[in-house]
Amino acid sequence: MPANIPAANASAGDHLLCLYLTMARIRAFENAAEEASRGSVAAFGATTDAAALVRGPLHLSTGQEAVAAGVCANLARGDYLTSTHRGHGHTLAKGADTTAMMCELFGRSSGTNKGKGGSMHIADFAVGMLGANGVVAAGIPIAVGAAHSAKIRGSDAIVACFFGDGAINRGPFLEGLNWAKIFELPLLFVCEDNRYSATTATDAMTAGDGAAERARGIGLAARSVDGNDVLAVDAAARELTMRIRSGAGPQFLHALTYRVKGHVSVDAAAYRDRGEVETALESDPLKLARERLRALGVAAARIAQVDAQAQAEIEAALAAAGAAPPPEPVEAYTDVQDTGAGQWR
Amino acid sequence: MALMSYAQAACLALAEVMRTDGRVVALGEDVGHGGIFGQYRGLRQEFGAARVIDTPISEATIMGAAVGMALTGLRPVVEMRVVDFALCAIDEIVNQAAKNRYMFGGQGRVPLVARLPIGIWSGSAAQHSQSLEAWFAHIPGLVVVAPATAADNYGLLAAAIRCGDPVIFMEHKELWGLQDEVLPQRTAALGKARIARAGSDLTLVTWSSMVHTALSTAGQAMQQGVSVEVIDLRTIWPWDRELVLASAARTGRLLVAHEAVQAAGFGAEVAATVAEELGVPVRRLGAARIPVGYARTLENAARISPQDLLREMTVFVNRGGGRRSMA
Repeated sequence: MPANIPAANASAGDHLLCLYLTMARIRAFENAAEEASRGSVAAFGATTDAAALVRGPLHLSTGQEAVAAGVCANLARGDYLTSTHRGHGHTLAKGADTTAMMCELFGRSSGTNKGKGGSMHIADFAVGMLGANGVVAAGIPIAVGAAHSAKIRGSDAIVACFFGDGAINRGPFLEGLNWAKIFELPLLFVCEDNRYSATTATDAMTAGDGAAERARGIGLAARSVDGNDVLAVDAAARELTMRIRSGAGPQFLHALTYRVKGHVSVDAAAYRDRGEVETALESDPLKLARERLRALGVAAARIAQVDAQAQAEIEAALAAAGAAPPPEPVEAYTDVQDTGAGQWR
Repeated sequence: MALMSYAQAACLALAEVMRTDGRVVALGEDVGHGGIFGQYRGLRQEFGAARVIDTPISEATIMGAAVGMALTGLRPVVEMRVVDFALCAIDEIVNQAAKNRYMFGGQGRVPLVARLPIGIWSGSAAQHSQSLEAWFAHIPGLVVVAPATAADNYGLLAAAIRCGDPVIFMEHKELWGLQDEVLPQRTAALGKARIARAGSDLTLVTWSSMVHTALSTAGQAMQQGVSVEVIDLRTIWPWDRELVLASAARTGRLLVAHEAVQAAGFGAEVAATVAEELGVPVRRLGAARIPVGYARTLENAARISPQDLLREMTVFVNRGGGRRSMA
């Protein structure tokens, strides 16, 4: 499945339907992954279940799909992207194959990473997706380097760098923004602000006026947008990526959204007020998009058809991942390094 | 063949590779001004600011950006000035550069060279004087190199830049002015040690600046009737087990000496391997597990002196440990 990039001449309804399909695919993918991750990790009072098909921490972006869909609709296949530990949506929206992604989550040799990375390190270099990352803010310097490289090589590629609100309290945020600005790199910083740093409300841990103000302090133009409104994200990303492509240097997008699930799939997020989550669900990005589609005259049956298409795609991915073999143990010794390969002890 | 300094040799190697490979760039603090040790002198003038990149004091982003550059078609040479500063970039070295190829299932490669000079830099105290090669040898995915001579700084740096793996290239902070004969166009092989002096009673494995102490001390030991074979390991990982084991099998004794702290130093790895494989007596000599102090008296307490090394060699051989060779 290629990335869902709306055609330039699409009607408003078709344009939004295209973005909606990306969101529906992400939602279906993560719902399925969540189900397969029951007992995935011993944390938050949960115990591990050896039968869990998705092992280890699984970070879901449920409720944040509009940010991935809206931004990636404005990226070409040859553009690069770096992501966070919560990266399924970015990977899928950039054009990765959902079967290969699900195989990776299941730890199969047919996975995007041959079963060596799992959810937290999901990547598809073939579509410019340079990796999710287990370390908060670690994608920022890598994105800076990819953008600097594009500039040195005279490439047309631009880079989208996704990070969360927690990342703005790490040093690489300051370093990376400063670097991108002094070298005027073709780089879109996207702060996907889901308001939580693991189990702690980011507000309580962040001085000043947040991501966009910090970016402005370093001299970057920064836009804030409702991260649950996929059309708003898409419009902002279109304007910012066009500026980048015209040589205007790095741009900053602050997309305010909400992490509907816990930090990882086994986290029930009991530390949050239930009312807060219920309020957030009222502005669920898929729900908002469906309402907008109806207002644009798109038939309910057409929307249901898109939902079914997404669901069918993910069920096929699940079936393929369930049937695929795990990597042979000998694969643990491949792709480590060439120099000294064989000298393992 | 030309007589040149350790710094000039590195500079020449980098310049030659940059002339033939447009993907090679250098980045780090002050490299555009030639680097504080002159190891980048003239490169900005020849290759321009786009390829010899002065950076902010942002070690994490210098290393992380190099990873991003390497993944997208460049071959960056990263200057960290001293290994101590690279500790600000440890995530980018250990979690990113070293792991990238494996954890993404071989989708990308990270052909970068990170120059992290080691060693006591006289008068520079605790945060500019460490030898941390063992840290990096411990990390799967990394190659670790520690040249002792100008010739090797030339040959091994050229080899490191051409290598497809991330290489931690550890020059020594007090060798920049060392001069020896360099053979242009002669690339050294990573993973190959060299016998710097042949001997028959004891194999002494060492690297970096300690090679020079070892060679002068081995001469004194010979006057006392102790014949020492000095091996310059050159590459810490993958280390040349074959050469070391063959030598230790011949001499019947192994001593490893390094400037780094002895406890959990790389010498322990070499010594343990030789003991396991050959069953010959092994000894280690490394620094005390103390920070490097500022005052000369304190700094000296953290150094391995030639006297320390001579004593260790002669006592090891003369106390009857191991077999005395017939030579």
